[in-house]
Amino acid sequence: MEGWAQAGLWLSVLLSGAYHGASPGMGWPLAVSAGLMGRGRRDLLLGMGQLAVVHLASILLVLLPFALILWLVAYQDQIRTGASLLVILFGIYRLVERRHPRRLARIRPGQLVLWSFAIALIHGAGLMILPIYLGLCGAEAHHAGGSTQLVSGNIGTAIAVAVLHTLAMVTVGGGVALAVHGWLGLGFVSRSWFNLETFWAISLIAVGLLGLVS
Amino acid sequence: MTIRPDPTFHATPRLAMEAEPEKLAYTLLLSPDFSQPDALAVVDLDPKSATFGQVLSTLAMPHKGDEFHHFGWNACSSSLSPLTDHAFLERRYLIIPGLRSSRIYVVDTKPDPRHPTIHRVIEPEEVFRKTGYSRPHTIHCGPEGIYVSTLGGGGPDGTDGPPGIFIMDCQTFDVIGRWEIDRGPQDKHYDFWWNLPRDYMVSSEWALPPQFEGGIVPEQLLSNKYGHRLHFWDLRARKHVQVIDLGENHQMALEVRPAHDPVKEYGFVGVVVDTTNLEGSIWTWWREGGQFHCRKTATIPPEPADAADLPPLLQGFGAVPPLITDIDLSLDDRFLYVSCWGTGEMRQYDVSDPMQPKLAGSVHVGGIARKTPHPNGKAYAGGPQMVEISRDGKRVYWTNSLYSTWDDQFYPGGVPSAMVKADVGATGGLTLDPTFWPEFPQGYRAHQIRLEGGDCSTESFCYPSV
Repeated sequence: MEGWAQAGLWLSVLLSGAYHGASPGMGWPLAVSAGLMGRGRRDLLLGMGQLAVVHLASILLVLLPFALILWLVAYQDQIRTGASLLVILFGIYRLVERRHPRRLARIRPGQLVLWSFAIALIHGAGLMILPIYLGLCGAEAHHAGGSTQLVSGNIGTAIAVAVLHTLAMVTVGGGVALAVHGWLGLGFVSRSWFNLETFWAISLIAVGLLGLVS
Repeated sequence: MTIRPDPTFHATPRLAMEAEPEKLAYTLLLSPDFSQPDALAVVDLDPKSATFGQVLSTLAMPHKGDEFHHFGWNACSSSLSPLTDHAFLERRYLIIPGLRSSRIYVVDTKPDPRHPTIHRVIEPEEVFRKTGYSRPHTIHCGPEGIYVSTLGGGGPDGTDGPPGIFIMDCQTFDVIGRWEIDRGPQDKHYDFWWNLPRDYMVSSEWALPPQFEGGIVPEQLLSNKYGHRLHFWDLRARKHVQVIDLGENHQMALEVRPAHDPVKEYGFVGVVVDTTNLEGSIWTWWREGGQFHCRKTATIPPEPADAADLPPLLQGFGAVPPLITDIDLSLDDRFLYVSCWGTGEMRQYDVSDPMQPKLAGSVHVGGIARKTPHPNGKAYAGGPQMVEISRDGKRVYWTNSLYSTWDDQFYPGGVPSAMVKADVGATGGLTLDPTFWPEFPQGYRAHQIRLEGGDCSTESFCYPSV
């Protein structure tokens, strides 16, 4: 039973990465644009690479602090509850606040790194994975011995989660970008774009609630 | 907010050209003596419709004396950039500024695009208080919301401080404030546009309010006091980066038309009149090595005329200047349309080589001395003025009024509303459609046209047409 739950959590890490990659709002059209405005496929891949590295960093930024405080085994439940509440609150905020983040518009088209970081933060990409990550840590805690081992295990899990998520994101996003650049054409930008803001906000709340009850 | 991007948003100019043709036009009507409220007319452009070419409705504003001039959509194809999180805006609202009153109307074209309604009115005081600017003019939707250029600064005559651009929220339409952080030497304003992925803006100069509100001031014109410079800006940094003086004899640099394909780093600007020889001119500006450059690439000569055929303003010259009052570039960046409001001619230039525009077509209608009637036999007062091109580039529409007080000086006989349509040949050439002649309500003059679903002076694109 426990093995299955753990596999499910890892699968969610992969799926959320694929979803981030496929969503135009998370950046693949910018990689296509970089390719078309620049030197073709080389600039496209470079753009996608920039998006991915920053996506990875912004997720680690959320996961690592939790990895470090989870050694407080005595407070594990409180930490988990706090994290879940944070994710739920952020989901509610996303649901209520529908105005465009105007500061985003000050970021230059060339500043893909800054943009990717800002968009991951605004949408709570890292927060979405946080309850999944805490779930994985909880599963591993059963097998861990001392607290030092626990901390390094938690950090290792955080890195694994972030890397796996980003790999899925860059594979799917890069694949879509290359396909659009190569043969699908730019009509795919508007065809593939769905407004998932509400879905996204509700997912955050749902993931947070799951974290609370589990 | 919608679930899918607005179907009228297109990633590239080519995709916009391949989309469904326009079915409706929105045309601004102004009351030149301010006796009636200005209005927005809806014209049927669907050739299959029984009411093709007719005015379907007019929406009168709740105030008088606004003097409608230019207007724009709240959102366009540029929303398809992930950079600004605007992908789910609707192209739905027309932002209509009163050039004389500084009042701004937000008109809703849904649910029934044939019968638009007023969604919100922004009173002049709000514009003055939040921006220190007055006399709003050009509207473009962009990264930070809706950008509005103004022709006046503060104070009753608009000369207390320079005019500039302000930003409106693209969802609530609240006026947010000034756009410029550093305006450099810019002290006059008219039109502006940009290249979004390249992150620059270009703006032009007409005049300050005392130079146009009561009519053109001949002494000021002959002493070259009207605008004659182009300004280049860093769009995201909101900073002035370069000024190009076209030479003080090149009076009134008006519409700025950048190539629609963002890969191309050039565009055009029209100059109304050269005070040394009454010529009108087209200039090509471009960016190379991080610097902007500009060169005169086409000229249109004045036409000699009998003093008896001329208004008092022009009698001393014995000639009609072409008066280039509007230009417009097709979405494929191939044809540049040039309105010669004085001589009564619409010119079509092939600008495939932007440095060498080639005259490809021409149509005469109206004109100070020529007074060419429309092919349907009706009199066309004024000359070709605000011009709009269909997205597919096959049809061109234009109206005849310039600005209330200027109309009276150049066309003292009056400029009753006219809107015409010309068809474009496969390899260029222009022919007026004799069947297209909307009858607008009496007492109005027609100004800018906007096409349902976007047009060639609205859309900015973030992806190239490869």
